[in-house]
Amino acid sequence: MEHILEMRNIIKLFPGVKALDNVNLKVASGEIHALVGENGAGKSTLMNVLSGIYPHGTYSGQIFYQNKECRFKNIKDSENLGIAIIHQELALEPYMSIGENIFLCNERSKMGIIDWNKTHKMAADLLKKVGLNENTHSMIKDISVGKQQLVEIAKALAKKVKLLILDEPTAALNEEDSDNLLNLMLQLKKDGITSIIISHKLNEVLKVADTITVIRDGATIETMKKNDDITEDRIIKGMVGRQLVNRYPTRTPNIKEVSFEVKNWNVYDPIVDGRKIIKDVNIKLHRGEIVGLSGLMGAGRTELAMSIFGKAYGKNISGQIIKDGKEIHLQNVRQAIDNGLAYVTEDRKTAGLVLMQDIKNNISLANLSEVLKRNLIDDNKEIQVAEEYSKKLNIKSSGILQKTGNLSGGNQQKVVLSKWIFTKPEVLILDEPTRGIDVGAKYEIYCIINKLANEGKSILVISSEMPEILGICDRIYVMNEGRIVGEQHRNEASQESIMKCIMQSNREVI
Amino acid sequence: METVKVDSKKTAPNMGESIKGVLKNNVRQYTMLIALFAAMIIFQIATKGTFLLPMNVTNLILQNSYVLILAIGMTLCILTGGNIDLSVGSICAFIGGVVGILIVNMQLNVWLAIGIALLVGVVIGFWQGFWIAYIRIPAFIVTLSGMLIFRGLTNTIMGGLTIAPFPESFRSFSSGYIPDVFGGKGLNITALLVGVVASVIYILTENKKRSEKQKYDIDSIALPLFVLKLIFVTAAINIFFIYLAIYKGIPIIMAIILVLIIGYSVLTLKTVPGRYLYAMGGNEKAAKLSGINTNKVLFLAYVNMAVFAALAGISVASRSNAASPVAGVNYELDAIAACFVGGASAYGGIGTVLGAIIGALFMGVLNNGMSILGVGSDWQMTIKGLVLLAAVAFDVISKNKAKSS
Repeated sequence: MEHILEMRNIIKLFPGVKALDNVNLKVASGEIHALVGENGAGKSTLMNVLSGIYPHGTYSGQIFYQNKECRFKNIKDSENLGIAIIHQELALEPYMSIGENIFLCNERSKMGIIDWNKTHKMAADLLKKVGLNENTHSMIKDISVGKQQLVEIAKALAKKVKLLILDEPTAALNEEDSDNLLNLMLQLKKDGITSIIISHKLNEVLKVADTITVIRDGATIETMKKNDDITEDRIIKGMVGRQLVNRYPTRTPNIKEVSFEVKNWNVYDPIVDGRKIIKDVNIKLHRGEIVGLSGLMGAGRTELAMSIFGKAYGKNISGQIIKDGKEIHLQNVRQAIDNGLAYVTEDRKTAGLVLMQDIKNNISLANLSEVLKRNLIDDNKEIQVAEEYSKKLNIKSSGILQKTGNLSGGNQQKVVLSKWIFTKPEVLILDEPTRGIDVGAKYEIYCIINKLANEGKSILVISSEMPEILGICDRIYVMNEGRIVGEQHRNEASQESIMKCIMQSNREVI
Repeated sequence: METVKVDSKKTAPNMGESIKGVLKNNVRQYTMLIALFAAMIIFQIATKGTFLLPMNVTNLILQNSYVLILAIGMTLCILTGGNIDLSVGSICAFIGGVVGILIVNMQLNVWLAIGIALLVGVVIGFWQGFWIAYIRIPAFIVTLSGMLIFRGLTNTIMGGLTIAPFPESFRSFSSGYIPDVFGGKGLNITALLVGVVASVIYILTENKKRSEKQKYDIDSIALPLFVLKLIFVTAAINIFFIYLAIYKGIPIIMAIILVLIIGYSVLTLKTVPGRYLYAMGGNEKAAKLSGINTNKVLFLAYVNMAVFAALAGISVASRSNAASPVAGVNYELDAIAACFVGGASAYGGIGTVLGAIIGALFMGVLNNGMSILGVGSDWQMTIKGLVLLAAVAFDVISKNKAKSS
C-alpha cells in the first residue's frame, strides 16, 4: 500500500524532557489513522512536528510526505502541501462570519480586492460538503462548538487538504455532534482525504479508524490494523503498558442520612430576559453517597451546579437549599464555601486554576484563613499543607513550587481537587472531573472520589461520559432541558435507560 | 498532623544549586537590582564622584518621591489584571490645588488641610473605582476620562493660576528632616542609629525565617550563602543611612515612603487581600469561584491608588512650594514605566512593590545622572523610552526562550 506520510525516528527534546523518543509513524493513503496514548505521551508534539509548528532543525529524524522528504520551516509550508491540523482549541475569529473564516489567509481576491460574492458562494458549497446548514454570513460566536468544528474542516477543505489532522475533535462535543463529525470523517475518506485523529475516546476510534498507532512515553509502542480482535481493553493495555483490570475502583457504599437537598429550584438566564434555564429541580444527596448528574451538553447541569454554589450563575433564582435539615441561604460563593460546599469547575484551565501560580498558592486559595498566623500568611504552614495534599493525592511535579500551568491535565485536576478538599467541604460538586485526562489518572481520581464518599461526604458528579457515571455513582439523576427527567439506582441504570429518559422527555416537551 | 519529610537532597542543596535556584526564581528583580548598581557606578565614574555625593543621594530620593509613592499604588492596580491608572497625574495637580486653596487662600490648619486632601482622594477613588469595578468599564477608559476631568477641575478651582507660597510647616513635609535627637555635629546620629536598628531587625527576621524553615524541614538556602546575603544587605542598608547621616539626616518624606514600602510589601505578599490581588490578576474566573469578591478587590485597588495620588500631589505641592495647574503632567507614565521596568506583567498577576520601587529608582538614577552630565532633556526622554522597552523585551525574550528551547 502506498503511504502518504512516513515519519522516521523522530526525536524531540525539551529542556530536561525527551518528548519524542524515536517515533515512527506510517500513514497509508486514504485511510483514517488514529493516534492514541495517555496525556503527555507525545501525540500533540508529534503532530506539531509534522505541521511545522516545531520547524525543521528543532527535532531530529525525517518526514516523508508523498514520498518526498520535507523540511517544514513553518505551518505555511505544510499547508501548501495539503496538510491541515485542527487543534483542540479552535482557531476561528469569533467576530467574523463563517465565510470570512473559511477563507481567512486564503482570500478569494482579484488584484488585492476581496471578491465577497465568490467567497460566500464557495463557502456555501463547502458548508454543504461538511453537512452544515448555516448561513455563511453568521458570526462564529453565534454558532455552537460542534458547528465551529465543521467550519474548521470546511476551512481545511478550502485549502485543498490531502492530510487532515484532528486533535481531540470531539472532546467538547455532545454525542449527536460527535456522531456527525465521525460520519463526516468517513465521508471525507470516500473523497480520498487521509485523516489522522487523536482521541481519548476509544469507542470513537474503533468506529472510524482503519489503523491505530499507540504512543507511550514519547515512543511508538505498536500499530494495529483494525479487525475484530481489537477491543478497547486491548488498546488501553498498549496505552498504559499493563492490563487494566478495572477501569473503576470497586466500591462498597456506606450511605447514611440525607445531608443536602435542593427544592423547587428555578433559575433564569442572566443575559436573555425571561428565559428559564433550570426548571423546578429537586435533588437530594445522602451522606457517603456518590450521585451522578447525567445528560447531554446544554442540559443545564453546570448551570444548576453553579447556581447552587452561591449563585455563581443565573438570576431570579428561587427555591430552597436544605443542609442537615436546616434551610440555608447562599448569596455568594464565599457563603457557599463557608457552609461546606465545594464546586470543582468543568474547565480547570480557565476557571479552576491560576496557571501562572504554583501548586502551593493554588491549593490554599479558597481557604487562606487556615494558613494564617497573626493575620499574616504563614509560608511554612502553607508549604506543609501543599506537601501534605501533594502526597495524599499523588500529584506528580518537580515540587510544590512548580507552576500549575506546566502540569499535565491529570495533575492539574488533582491540584484543583486538593484546593477544594482543603476547604473541608461536606458537599462536593464535581463538574466533569476527568475531562481530557488519561486512563491512569482517571482511575486515581475515581479512587479519590470514592475515598471522599467513604469519609462521609456527599458527592455530586456531573459527567458527559455515561460509562463513567455508571461506573462510579450510587444513584443517577438524568437531566434534560433544565429539568430532572429521571432518577435511577446503580443496579437499574444503563446507557440505554439513561438515553431513553432523555428521549422520552424530549418527546413530552414537543 | 504528620510532619512532611522532604528527601535529603532537597534539604541540603549544594551552594551552586541553591544560588541558581534563588536567581532563577527572581531573575528579573536581581537583574534590575544589578542594573541599578551598575548604572550608579557608571554615573559615579562619569560624573567624577559628584553622583554619589551625600547631598545628591538625598536629592535623588526627594526628587523621585512622587514616582515612588505612585509606583506602589500602581503596582496594586496592575496586579489586578494589567489595569493602569492614567488619571494620577491630574489627581496630583487637583489635590495640589485643593491644599493650595485650603492652606494659602483659606489659611486652614496644615494638618486639617492634608486630612481633607486625602479624603478628597478617597472620594475620587470611590468615583473611579465604582465605574471600573462595579460597572466594569475598562480602567483605561475610566482613568483616561479621569485624566481629563481632574485636569479640567484643577484649572476650574484654581482659575488657571498658581497658588504660592506655602507656610514653612507645610513645606517641611517634603523638605524637612527627622530631627537628630542626639544632636550630632556634622553627622546625624539618629540616621545612623536607624540604619543599625534596621539591619538588626533584618538579621533577626531572616534568621527566624530560616530556623523556622529548618524546623519544618523546608528547603532553605545554604549557610555560607545565607551569611553572604546578610552581610551584603546589611552593608547596603548601613552605607545608605551613613550617606543620609553625613548630609542632613532622614528626610520626612523618605520615612513615609519607607513605611509605605514595608507596609505594602507585607500587604501584597503576606496577607489574604494581597493573595487575592495576585489570584485575581492570574485568573479572575478561578478567583471568583474560589470565593473571592473580585469586584471589591478591584474597587479597593483604585481607591488606594487615588489616595496615593493625593499623597503624591501633597508632596509635590510641598516640594515646589506652589500649587500649579500644570503640575503632575506625565506622572502617570513615570509610575507605569517604573512598574513595568520593575518586572510587573502587563496582563496582571505578576509583579512586586519592591520591583516597582527598584524600577522607579532606576529611572530616577538615569534622570539624575544624565542631568548632572548635562544630557539634554530631549535625549533623556529618548534614552528612558529605550530603557523601558529593553527591560520589558528582556523579560519577554527570556520567557520565550525558556518556553521553546
